[in-house]
Amino acid sequence: MIVADKKPMEEIIAEIKEYENILVLGCNECVTVCEAGGKKEAGILVSALRMYFLNQGRDVRIDEITLERQCDPEYIEEIHDRIDPYDAVVSLACGVGVQFMAERYQEKPIYPGVNTCFMGGTQARGLWTERCQGCGQCILARTGGICPIARCAKRLLNGPCGGSTAGKCEINKEIDCAWQLIIDRLKALGRFDEYEELAPIKDWSTDRAGGPRKVVREDVQQ
Amino acid sequence: MNVNTPSKLEKILKAGHLAVTSECGPPRGSDPEAITAKAEMIKDYVDAINITDNQTSMTRLCSLAACIRLKLMGLEPVLQMVTRDRNRIALQSDILGAASFDIHNILCLSGDHQSFGDCKQGQNVHDIDSMQLIQLVRLMRDQGKFIGGDEIKRPPQMFVGAAANPFADPFEIRVPRLAKKVKAGVEFIQTQCIYNLDKFELWMKMARDRGLHEKVFILAGLTPMKSAGMARYMKNRVPGMDVPDEVVKRLADTPKDKQADEGIAICVESIQRLKEVEGVSGFHIMAIEWEEKVPDIVQRAGLYPRPAAA
Amino acid sequence: MRLEYSTAIKIIRVPCTGKVDTLHILRAFEKGADGVYVVGCLEGDCHFNNGNFRARKRVEQVRGILTAIGIGGDRVQMYNLSSSEGPLFAKFAAEMVDRIRQLGPNPIKLARRQAA
Repeated sequence: MIVADKKPMEEIIAEIKEYENILVLGCNECVTVCEAGGKKEAGILVSALRMYFLNQGRDVRIDEITLERQCDPEYIEEIHDRIDPYDAVVSLACGVGVQFMAERYQEKPIYPGVNTCFMGGTQARGLWTERCQGCGQCILARTGGICPIARCAKRLLNGPCGGSTAGKCEINKEIDCAWQLIIDRLKALGRFDEYEELAPIKDWSTDRAGGPRKVVREDVQQ
Repeated sequence: MNVNTPSKLEKILKAGHLAVTSECGPPRGSDPEAITAKAEMIKDYVDAINITDNQTSMTRLCSLAACIRLKLMGLEPVLQMVTRDRNRIALQSDILGAASFDIHNILCLSGDHQSFGDCKQGQNVHDIDSMQLIQLVRLMRDQGKFIGGDEIKRPPQMFVGAAANPFADPFEIRVPRLAKKVKAGVEFIQTQCIYNLDKFELWMKMARDRGLHEKVFILAGLTPMKSAGMARYMKNRVPGMDVPDEVVKRLADTPKDKQADEGIAICVESIQRLKEVEGVSGFHIMAIEWEEKVPDIVQRAGLYPRPAAA
Repeated sequence: MRLEYSTAIKIIRVPCTGKVDTLHILRAFEKGADGVYVVGCLEGDCHFNNGNFRARKRVEQVRGILTAIGIGGDRVQMYNLSSSEGPLFAKFAAEMVDRIRQLGPNPIKLARRQAA
């Protein structure tokens, strides 16, 4: 999923404090799973903002709606007849949702309520970790199912570097050395001899470096 | 003896001598004296001088410019190049820049992570890694081609080196890694500085078992300890460093004003022992900010005078 | 035990403090409560295992929010005791009332009055 983290309250307040009618828009998918922007978090934010404004002596209208997702036009469309009264929207969706909202509702300022962080998964309750950088040419078949591009701090394709210590990365003892994980896995799979194959220089043109990307499927286009 | 480049280092190694190299760290400023002064101190005692490339991610005068300084002094530089800061365009470009000044030695490295240095918030590049850089230089040299396929006018003639760390984890892949670098085309290796001689000799044995010592020249890295404090620091705070307790103890048991001398003695003794190890082709003495000791170490280790490159 | 505690306190009973959500506490302040405290079982003795640990974390979360919006984090507090400790219950009650009296009324009430 896309993993996000709540923006500090002070930052959100700084962005919307001049408005009189605010809509907080939660999202029912990724940000719900990583407990950053779902219905629950939206409710908490609304209550906190209401109290903030009341404390300023201002009667600001703040409402909450949680959409199924904000990255599909159909769901964003659902509020087209309800968004009028608001002069600002705080979207708790990931950066994708915020941008889809901004594209669809051009006259409404849409503010992000979370910091979108990475593509990852739930390692434990309350701990989400990065797994994928979206390079566009997945090499997991050659690395025992562990991605050195997302999990090696230097994205080495022929690692590890000389700083790997006791299975941990040189930059932080809490970060696993991705290459240690890959080596252990190759051994477990009985494919340790593959370690000595030289990984070729990567084509980064399908990564961010090649510019904003798209996926087209003509077979399903209407 | 067939050499692939005009490199003096290559000639000395292929002639069967034990080579001696050392390194100079460029200044955190633009004063060329900082390089030339260090080089003057050591030039008669080494065959080639490495210039580090923004070591530990601290921004310094670039390796290429400092190597050119050495070249203008008539000395033999080794251009250290990390892949952390430059993409493949810049890497090829800098290689050509070095070649235009007839710099004939390159050391291919990935580089320490930028979080260690003075620009923790910066991006890192790592467009290619150190192994791929080795392949790249060999391509440019042997086939006279850019990575994109076009021809290079006056291709670089560089003797290609890389680093090896017998002391990093996991130990079991340290020799396979050496084998990989050999496959990629590396011609000489400079190792991380050695304090645990037993472990180094084990690594050498494993390398010999695979015949790697005949395919690549291995220069044993050494750094003299200035004090027990330095020994402890390197033991505990530097990733990939193996400093045995006996070394720390030996220094700690020495009175403070004699610890530096003891550190030099340990270094010289290590060289004497490593001279006897089959497959060791030379020594890379990294006396960081202590370059004035290099002549002493080289002389006491019986490695002076240096052979003239024919 | 028939010990006394202040009439300034309204008690809301829950089967376990783990049932108390962050939002419940915030809503109480929104509606004008001057302070909220959560009284749960002793840590390690929760009848439902870790409900009181969850409550503590939520109280901490509310504390942070109240501070960020200028209401004051000291208005919310977590207490732990065992169900037989009547005197301690009364003591916590007195302590909380005292603290809130010193902090003064919920600033929202004042601001509302001024705006009206």
